[in-house]
Amino acid sequence: MVDIAERAPRERSSLLTDPRARAILIQATLLVLVVGFGWYFVENARANLAAQRIATGFGFLNGTAGFGVSQALIPYSETSTYGRAFVVGLLNTLLVSGLGIVFATALGFLVGIARLSKNWLIAKVAEVYVEVIRNLPLLFQIMFWYLAVLATLPKPLQSLSFFGLAFVNNRGLVVPEPIFNEGSGAVGIAILAGLAIAVIVRYWARARQMRTGQIFPMGLMALALILGLPLLVYFFPGTPIRFELPELKGLNFATGLRIIPEFLALLFALSTYTAGFIAEIVRAGILAVNKGQTEAAYSLGLRPGPTLRLVVVPQALRVIIPPLTSQYLNLTKNSSLAVAIGYPDFFALFAGTTLNQTGQAIEIIALTMAVYLAISLITSALMNFYNRRVALVER
Amino acid sequence: MRIVSTLVLVTGLGMFASAAPAATLDQIKQKGFIQCGVSQGITGFSSPDDKGNWTGFDVDFCRALAAAIFGDPQKVKFTPLSTKDRFTALQSGEVDLLSRNTTWTLDRDTKMGLNFAGISYFDGQAMMVKKSMKVNSALELSGASICTQTGTTTELNIADYFRNNKMKYEIVAFATADETLKSYESGRCDVFTTDSSQLYAQRLKLAKADEHMILPEIISKEPFGPVVRHGDDQWFDIVKWTLFALVNAEDLGITKGNVDEMMKSSSPEVRRALGVEGNAGESLGLTNDWLIRIVKAVGNYGEMFDRNVGTDSPLKIERGLNRLWSKGGLQYAPPIR
Amino acid sequence: MSGVAVHVGTGAFVRRELVAASLPPLTKRGLVGWVREHLISGPFNIAMTVFSIVLIALVLPPLVRFLFIDAAWTGDNREACVNASGACWPFVKAKFGQFIYGFYPLAERWRPNVVFALGALLLTPLLIPRAPLKRLNAILFFGVFSVVAFVLLTGGNFSLHQFIVGRIVPFAYFIGPWEFTGLAAGFWLDYLISSAAIVFLTAAIARLLGANSCAVARIASLLFLLLALVLVVCDFDFGLVPVETSAWGGLLVTLVVAVTGIVVSLPLGILLALGRRSELPAVRAFSVIFIEFWRGVPLITVLFFATYMLPLFLPDGLRINGLLRALIGVALFAAAYMAEVVRGGLQAIPKGQYEGAAALGLGYWQTMGQVVLPQALTLVIPGIVNTFIGLFKDTTLVLIVAIFDLLGQIRASFSDSNWGTPTTLFTGFAFGAIVYFIFCFGMSRYSMFVERRLSAGKRH
Repeated sequence: MVDIAERAPRERSSLLTDPRARAILIQATLLVLVVGFGWYFVENARANLAAQRIATGFGFLNGTAGFGVSQALIPYSETSTYGRAFVVGLLNTLLVSGLGIVFATALGFLVGIARLSKNWLIAKVAEVYVEVIRNLPLLFQIMFWYLAVLATLPKPLQSLSFFGLAFVNNRGLVVPEPIFNEGSGAVGIAILAGLAIAVIVRYWARARQMRTGQIFPMGLMALALILGLPLLVYFFPGTPIRFELPELKGLNFATGLRIIPEFLALLFALSTYTAGFIAEIVRAGILAVNKGQTEAAYSLGLRPGPTLRLVVVPQALRVIIPPLTSQYLNLTKNSSLAVAIGYPDFFALFAGTTLNQTGQAIEIIALTMAVYLAISLITSALMNFYNRRVALVER
Repeated sequence: MRIVSTLVLVTGLGMFASAAPAATLDQIKQKGFIQCGVSQGITGFSSPDDKGNWTGFDVDFCRALAAAIFGDPQKVKFTPLSTKDRFTALQSGEVDLLSRNTTWTLDRDTKMGLNFAGISYFDGQAMMVKKSMKVNSALELSGASICTQTGTTTELNIADYFRNNKMKYEIVAFATADETLKSYESGRCDVFTTDSSQLYAQRLKLAKADEHMILPEIISKEPFGPVVRHGDDQWFDIVKWTLFALVNAEDLGITKGNVDEMMKSSSPEVRRALGVEGNAGESLGLTNDWLIRIVKAVGNYGEMFDRNVGTDSPLKIERGLNRLWSKGGLQYAPPIR
Repeated sequence: MSGVAVHVGTGAFVRRELVAASLPPLTKRGLVGWVREHLISGPFNIAMTVFSIVLIALVLPPLVRFLFIDAAWTGDNREACVNASGACWPFVKAKFGQFIYGFYPLAERWRPNVVFALGALLLTPLLIPRAPLKRLNAILFFGVFSVVAFVLLTGGNFSLHQFIVGRIVPFAYFIGPWEFTGLAAGFWLDYLISSAAIVFLTAAIARLLGANSCAVARIASLLFLLLALVLVVCDFDFGLVPVETSAWGGLLVTLVVAVTGIVVSLPLGILLALGRRSELPAVRAFSVIFIEFWRGVPLITVLFFATYMLPLFLPDGLRINGLLRALIGVALFAAAYMAEVVRGGLQAIPKGQYEGAAALGLGYWQTMGQVVLPQALTLVIPGIVNTFIGLFKDTTLVLIVAIFDLLGQIRASFSDSNWGTPTTLFTGFAFGAIVYFIFCFGMSRYSMFVERRLSAGKRH
């Protein structure tokens, strides 16, 4: 309506033709509408809740949950509170998303590079993978892995064995369970110390290379430090960490660490699905690096390895990071589809079970949305920070 | 599209028109049907046939209600709800009542803003296992994986039971009964647990039903009943007394077949129930022949039970606790007077 | 003229023309060369080739055997498939109706069929760049088709009088004795009076503010006329049996959700993108918050909210159809993503375009509508189509709120013990995969085609 007024034949200054007044008018209208609708909805909800005398507030978080959970990373029992169930769910979500991000990135980079391979066959295989995975709904894939693949695995008694160390059956994957005895802490400290020393050595090697041009075999050194040091500590005072092998007792595995099939199906589906998208991002990123860069590197005498590592990848990363961030966010949000297969993630445990036992829908859904929003904002903040570091510094 | 336009109208024009909440009964009369929340398919309690017609014990209760209000048992629409969504749907007004094997508990009655209109079915939780497991008692189930539905009392009872008996277990909770059964069948769990009535119904769905057995232990009290929202006493009364009407009818010997003859009965109780004397129906906000309409539509409580889950059904569940009080059971209804 | 000339006198032969180049060695050309170059050029390459061959051998033959060779093709129940180690196609055949229409009544299935056919008929020329009459076609598809599809699928008769007349009590001056298509005459009188009053009021306000009151009144009355038309269409009895949306299912629901989401999210996304780049701080803040909120939460929380909690926020007694609520959730969600795609396009338009438009004296909406948006949208067509593909795949999530789309129907069919065979699950998933793949792959190929076509003009 504004522009109609503007085109009005009458030439006279008015509130609507004055840009500043018009801006204020438009914004005030928007504000009134938003606040009005907001107030209207809140007022309705308040009236509805009051009419039904539904409990409100967040006091329920201290109540006893009373239900069991099939996978908890922190000690949890039926007598724990809803607040603890909240944390259990959140950790489960973070676990599956964190591992999913790692696997998806690794697989995505492999497939993305394979698509650009000179080898025709592998490029085609990678292309088919990407096209199939990207064009099927994720929920479809999750259900496929869970209902069709994992459920048809054999019973515990007929488990598929991997060298007697790990077993796969329809109850999940059973792997040796690490038992931490006294002195295990030293191994942990050794790992940290190895990492710290590796970082220091790297700085020193850098500085030396700058000064003298001598290259230090950093990769080998780091490997020796990060793996060797803990192993030394592990064996020297006499193996404090014991691995308990899975052992069948009765109908089930009595020992060993069991990873539930819901988790496996979700992790597998999330990783392979997101990898399809990451592969395309990686491919686009590498293609975006000018061919001249490679040629220039070769003419400077760099071998293909260092060329890729020092010239192509850093430039490709600039293109890759922003879309990669949104893929990570998508993966995290998509992990809420766990509810379809019974994995106790945050959404299933909190917005599902807890909501049902307490009936406080508004508080719980609000908290759920807030948690996912917070995860999203933190992830993108971290990636933005990293992105700023790798971004092109223009001089 | 209708909704968009009405939304525009309502918010634009009639915003100041709608302050006082309308009574549920008036709303139902205005829209011309009852919206009834039922389970997503439990044979005998509520399940749709191939053509989408709903039948079952819980379904019949809603039909009885429709008969009491409209005189037409067909004036009801069913919303299948999972255990996960049922309370939110009722609280938000998505359905007018929940007639769905929902256990009466204190928390649900108070904090969730619900009202249980009575107990239409006394049940208890049981467990089903494969016969090949060679287990005879629930106490031998230590270390078992257990499939159940999320957000149910079952989920809580099983936790209590195993904790109490100091047994280890793993719970796998699903959103719908079908998924739970499917996972049990595929071997994901050793045990499938739910209310014993539902166990019988679910067992029928298994490809090889006779390879599975239901353990004798009943580990909990599961009183089921229709549920309404807090805040509308008239509607609560109607639902409550529809249930009592069904039980009273059986108590008084009024059946689908003899209801017209019973009108001539000299018993003052029968005459009051059928509205020949007094005005019980009117005080509920209905008409005085309300009970006649209910019984003509679905029969009395016993008939409803036998037809859907009892002797005349594939489930063949014993009346047990659900016999009338006069026959050694728990079904008892306050008098109509 | 011969290639070799004989020089009389010297008798020497001198070539005057080049000898035709000989072919590259056998190892560098033809099939052999190609294979050497692309498959076995080095140890690493050979390893890759072997790896791929193993991968293909592991996947392809079992797939072909499952889908075709070992599959059961005929039969009426599980007996047909119980011994087959391949796909159980009779299962898909038996459940086909449910996969496509859900529980849509058998006798009425011609209605979705007509809608499908009409949609395909109108969409095809819209997608072919060379087909004429684009504008008319678009109006037909987005305007007429959506109304026709709505009427055909739902039955189109809602007899609004029960609802609206009860609602707008303050405006019920007259309750007439006769009805026009369900709505009481009194309602229409109310409507006339109310709208006249509002039109007059807006015009008066516009005049007070110094604007052209005639134009404002014209627009306001046009809006009311449109609303009345919508009401009449909704209320008119077409003689079709009403079909509840709860009876819809399968591919029908998938397509309804996807198409509505696509049609609604694009304009909404454009508005949000413009809002995010607006110079007005309140508008910008609102757009940013809206977009970031929807992009930050998982779709299922949105669907759950829309399906089970929205009624809590509406006045008592106001009910919104369940499918529609899910539709609103999906559309708003997609709009936020669309907004970011469109914003990318807007950012790519050089500042000179805005300045040029300003120099010509164009206002904000004219600048955007006629100069900036046409360029920006063309730039981001691939992004838009990608959002559509995402939306199409996301429609599967409605099954979590108990709306049975294609995937929901497939999953529900697994619990039918008539068809309980070991291969039923895989067969159902195979069918679903084929259908979803056709739609999504089709869309992505189309977007590549358009992209190539559009960039053709930019190539040198």
